Amino acid sequence: MRRILTILPIVAFAALAGGLALGLGTQPDRLPSALIDQPVPVFGLPPLGAKPGLAQTDLGGRVILVNFFASWCAPCRLEQPALAQLAASGRVPVYGIDYKDKPEDALRWLTSLGDPYGRIGIDRDGRVAIDWGVYGVPETYLIDRAGRVRYRYAGPVTAQILTDEILPRIAALERS
Amino acid sequence: MIGEVGHFALVLALVVAVVQAGLPLAGATRGNAAWMAVARPAALLQFGCVALAFAALMHAYVTSDFSLRNVVENSHSAKPLLYKITGLWSNHEGSMLLWVLMLTGFGAAVALFGENLPMALKARVLAVQAMIGVGFLGFILFTSNPFARAFPVPPDGQGLNPILQDPGLAFHPPMLYLGYVGFSMAFSFAVAALLEGRVDAAWARWVRPWTLVAWCALTLGIALGSWWAYYELGWGGWWAWDPVENASFMPWLAGTALLHSAIVAEKRDALKSWTILLALVTFALSLIGTFLVRSGVLSSVHAFAVDPTRGAYILGLLVVVIGGSLTLYAVRAPALNPTGQFAPISRESGLVLNNLLLSTAALTVFLGTLYPLFLDAVGGGKVSVGAPYYNATFVPLMVPLVAVMGVGPLLSWKRADLAGVLLRLRLAAGLAVAVAVGTLWGHVGGGGFAVLGLALAAWLLGATVTELVERLGLRRGGVGGGILARARHLPRSAWGMTLAHAGLAVSIAGISVSAGGQVEHIAAMHPGDQAEVAGYVWRFDGTEPVTGPNYTADRAHFTVSRNGRFVAEQMPELRRYPLQGMTVADVAIHTNGLADLYVVLGDKRGTSPEAAPDAAQATSDWVVRIYYNPLVPWIWFGAGIMAFGGIVSLTDRRLRIGAPVRRRHPAGAAEAAGA
Amino acid sequence: MRRLHALLPALIVALAMTAGPARAVLPDERLADPVLEARARSLGQELRCLVCQNETIDDSNADLAHDLRVLVRQRLTAGDTDPQVLAYLQRRYGDFVLLRPPMKPVTWLLWFGPAGLLIGGLGYLVLAARRRGAPEPMPLTAGEQRRLDALLAEAPAQRPANH
Repeated sequence: MRRILTILPIVAFAALAGGLALGLGTQPDRLPSALIDQPVPVFGLPPLGAKPGLAQTDLGGRVILVNFFASWCAPCRLEQPALAQLAASGRVPVYGIDYKDKPEDALRWLTSLGDPYGRIGIDRDGRVAIDWGVYGVPETYLIDRAGRVRYRYAGPVTAQILTDEILPRIAALERS
Repeated sequence: MIGEVGHFALVLALVVAVVQAGLPLAGATRGNAAWMAVARPAALLQFGCVALAFAALMHAYVTSDFSLRNVVENSHSAKPLLYKITGLWSNHEGSMLLWVLMLTGFGAAVALFGENLPMALKARVLAVQAMIGVGFLGFILFTSNPFARAFPVPPDGQGLNPILQDPGLAFHPPMLYLGYVGFSMAFSFAVAALLEGRVDAAWARWVRPWTLVAWCALTLGIALGSWWAYYELGWGGWWAWDPVENASFMPWLAGTALLHSAIVAEKRDALKSWTILLALVTFALSLIGTFLVRSGVLSSVHAFAVDPTRGAYILGLLVVVIGGSLTLYAVRAPALNPTGQFAPISRESGLVLNNLLLSTAALTVFLGTLYPLFLDAVGGGKVSVGAPYYNATFVPLMVPLVAVMGVGPLLSWKRADLAGVLLRLRLAAGLAVAVAVGTLWGHVGGGGFAVLGLALAAWLLGATVTELVERLGLRRGGVGGGILARARHLPRSAWGMTLAHAGLAVSIAGISVSAGGQVEHIAAMHPGDQAEVAGYVWRFDGTEPVTGPNYTADRAHFTVSRNGRFVAEQMPELRRYPLQGMTVADVAIHTNGLADLYVVLGDKRGTSPEAAPDAAQATSDWVVRIYYNPLVPWIWFGAGIMAFGGIVSLTDRRLRIGAPVRRRHPAGAAEAAGA
Repeated sequence: MRRLHALLPALIVALAMTAGPARAVLPDERLADPVLEARARSLGQELRCLVCQNETIDDSNADLAHDLRVLVRQRLTAGDTDPQVLAYLQRRYGDFVLLRPPMKPVTWLLWFGPAGLLIGGLGYLVLAARRRGAPEPMPLTAGEQRRLDALLAEAPAQRPANH
C-alpha cells in the first residue's frame, strides 16, 4: 500500500507534464463558436445604402460566407482584399454584417476600400452579433446549404487564411 | 563593457554550478572528503558571479544604458531612480536574474552558516541546489539573456508604464521570489535526505529555518500584491483567483503544511515521508508557477510577455527537477520508517489532519487553475473557472481547518484526551457563539458569510489565547509572581506560533466581513451633490485640473462627514498619461484601521455611450464609485502579524544551536526531554 | 458536525450569491428595481468578459462587457430566472462564458476531485490507524524502573502540564 502511495505523485506529475506540453500548443484566447452545427439564429437586419439587407431567410440553399466588420475596426482593413477577391471569383456569395457602426461611416469606408458584399445588414446595437456569439470583429462564418453554421474564423481573413482554411472548407461543404 | 562583464559572470556561474553539482555529490557517495569540500567554495563563488552579473545589470539600469535591449524595453531616462532600480525585476529576463541571485544566495548561506551540518549532507544539499542553478542559468543564458545588446542604440527607453511605478508593487516580486526560491532549500534538503536514505530529527531541525524564511517572505509577498491591487487598481477587490495569484498561493498552502509537518518529524520522528513529499511538492509548485506565468499557456492580466519556446524550456526543467525528485521519492521513501507511534487522537494526528486539509486546499486551487488548460489540451472544450468555483470548493475547506487549528495546539503528543481539551476550550467556543450572535444582532452586514467567518476567527483567537495562557501557567500560578519569568522562558517558537495563529484569525475576520459587508454606491454626481453610504456622507465639491510629472489629471474633492462631524477630505484623481495613451484612476482611501472609505473617480459622463453624451448636463457629471469596506485593513494586518510570528520563531535559540540527540542512558531520559 | 452539514449548503448558496465590487458598472445601466439589480449584479460575477484576461463583465470596461451587462438586465426584466439568463448566454458563447464551470462528465474531476481527495485521505488515515492499533509504550529499563520507584516514594509533586 505504501508503495502505491509513493508512486502516486510521480504518476500524477507525468499526467500533468503531458497536459502542460499539449497546452503549449493551444491558444488560450481563441474561442470555438458555440453555434457550430446549429441553425443560423433568427434575425433580420436593415440594409446599408442601396444593397439589400440581410436576414436568416437569405441563408441556406448554397454555401455562403458571412463576414462581421466595422469601419472603426483596424484589422478589418486587412481582409478586404481577400474578401474582394473571393467575391469577384463568384465562388460563394459574400454577405456582410456591419457591427455597431454609423451608416454614413460604413458607407464611406466601403466606398474607399471596396465593397465585396452581395448583401449587407447593419447591426447598430450589436444584438444580432451577440446572438451569433460574436466577441470581436472581424469574424467570418461559413453557412452550409441547410442554413447551419459550420465554421467560424475569428480575425482578419488574409489571402493565406483564405487559401489554407476557408476555400478547402467551402469545397468540403459543397461536396457533402 | 559592463554588459559583457555581466554576461561573462553568468557563464562562469554556470560552469561553477556544473562543477558544484557533480563533484560533491560523487564525493558524498564515495566518501571522498576533498570532493565534498568543493561544495563550499563553489557555492560562494557561484553566488559571487551571479551577484556581479546582477550588479552589472543594475548599473545599466541606474545609468540608463540603452545599449542593453532589456534596459530599452523596460526603462526610461525620466523614471525616478527608485523605479529604475526596481524596474530591473519587473520584466521576464531581469526577474529571472533576481531568481538566480536568490538561489545562489541561499546556497552561499548554507555554505557559510551550515557549520554544524554533517559533511555528506551539506555536500549533497549544495549539489542539488547547484543542479537547480544549472537549469536556471542555462535558461537565462540560452533563452532570456538580460545582457543582449540593442543595436542601433535608441535615444531613450520604452518602459514607462505608470501603474508599475509604485512602491508596493516594486517590492512585491522580490518578496515572492524570496519565498519561491527559499523553498528550493527545503527541496534540496529533501532530495539530499532521500539520497542518504535517512530522515531524522536533526534533518528536520535544519530544514525548519529555511522553510520559515521562505514562508514569511511568501506571506508578505502575497499580502503586498493583494494590498497593491486594492489601492492601485481601483476595483475595490483584492483577490481575483487569477491564475498568477493562484500560482503564488499554492506554494504558500503547501509550504504551511510543510512547516507543520516538519515539527512532527523533528519532535516525534513521524510523518517523515509526508514531510519529504511536501518539501518536494512545495518547490514543484513554485516551479510550476514560474512556468504558468512565463509560457503563455494561461491568459492572465499578470502574465509576462509570452513565448512558447521559453515555455518548452521551463517545462523541460520541470520534468527533470520534479520528475526526477518524485521518482527518487517513489524509490526511496518506503524505506523511511517512522519510529514515533501515535494514537488516533493526538497532536500528531491533528497535524496529519492539518496536512490533509491544506493539501486538499492546494489541490483545489491547482485544479481550478489548470483544469481549463488541461481540458482544452486534450480536446474537451473550453471552460472557465472563476471565483464562483473557488467560493464553492476552497472556502468550505477552511471551516474544518480553522476548527482543527484551535484544538490542535492543546492536544498532547502521542495520546491526547479530546474531551478534556474541548472542555478547556469552552471559553473560546463561548466567545465564538457570542460573536456570532452579536454579529447577527448588530447587523454588522455581510450576511451568513460574515457571521461564520467572525465566529471562526473568534474561535481561533480564543483557542490560541487559551493555549498561551495555559503555557504561561496562568491557570495554576495566577497573574504576577513568576509569570514574567515564565514568559521570558517560553521558547520563541511558542510565541511565534501564537502570533501566527492569531494573525490568521485577524485576517479571517477581515476577509469575512469585508467580502460580505462591503457597501457600494455608484452614481453620476455633479458638484454640490451628496451621497450617503453606510452612515457617512460624501459631498462632491467639484474638480480641478492637476498636472503631474508625466500626466495631467482631474482631481475631485470630496468632504466626508458622519453625523454632521467632519471625517476626512478625499481627493481621487483620473489621470491621463499622454505618452502611453493610458487613463488611470488614482483611488482615494481613508482608513481608521477598522474600515476603509474608498472613492474612485470614473469618466466624465453620467450616461452610457449610446444615450445622449452631448447634453449640457452630462458634461459636468462624473461617475463616482464610493465603497465602504469594513475590516478590510485587517486582512493585511493579519498577514503582517503572521509573518512577524514567523520571524519571531526564526529567532528561537534552538534553531541556531542544532538538534539534540536522543541517548538511551539511565539518566539520559531527562536530557533528551529537554528538546 | 451534523449541524455543520446542514449549514454547509446554505453557506454555499450564501457565498454564491455574494456579489463583489464592480469596477465598470455604469450608473445608468442599473435597473430601477433593486431586487432585479441585485440579481443582475450577482449574475455579473458569474459571467466572463470574453475579450479580457480573466475579468467578469462587471469589472471590465470593454464594449462587449457593457453590451452583456445591458443584455443581462433586459433578460431579467423580461422575466427570465437566473439560470435562464446564464443559459441564454451559454447557448451563444459556450461554457467559456460561465465562470462557474458547468457540471458535466468532463468537469467531474474538477468538482469532485478535492472532496474525493479529502474523503480518500481521511479514509486511508482511519484504516491505517485501525491497523496500527494503540501504540505500545516501550518497556522501562531496569535503571528507569528504579528511578520511577524512587520518585514515587517521594512526597507527591505537582502534576506537570501536558506538553
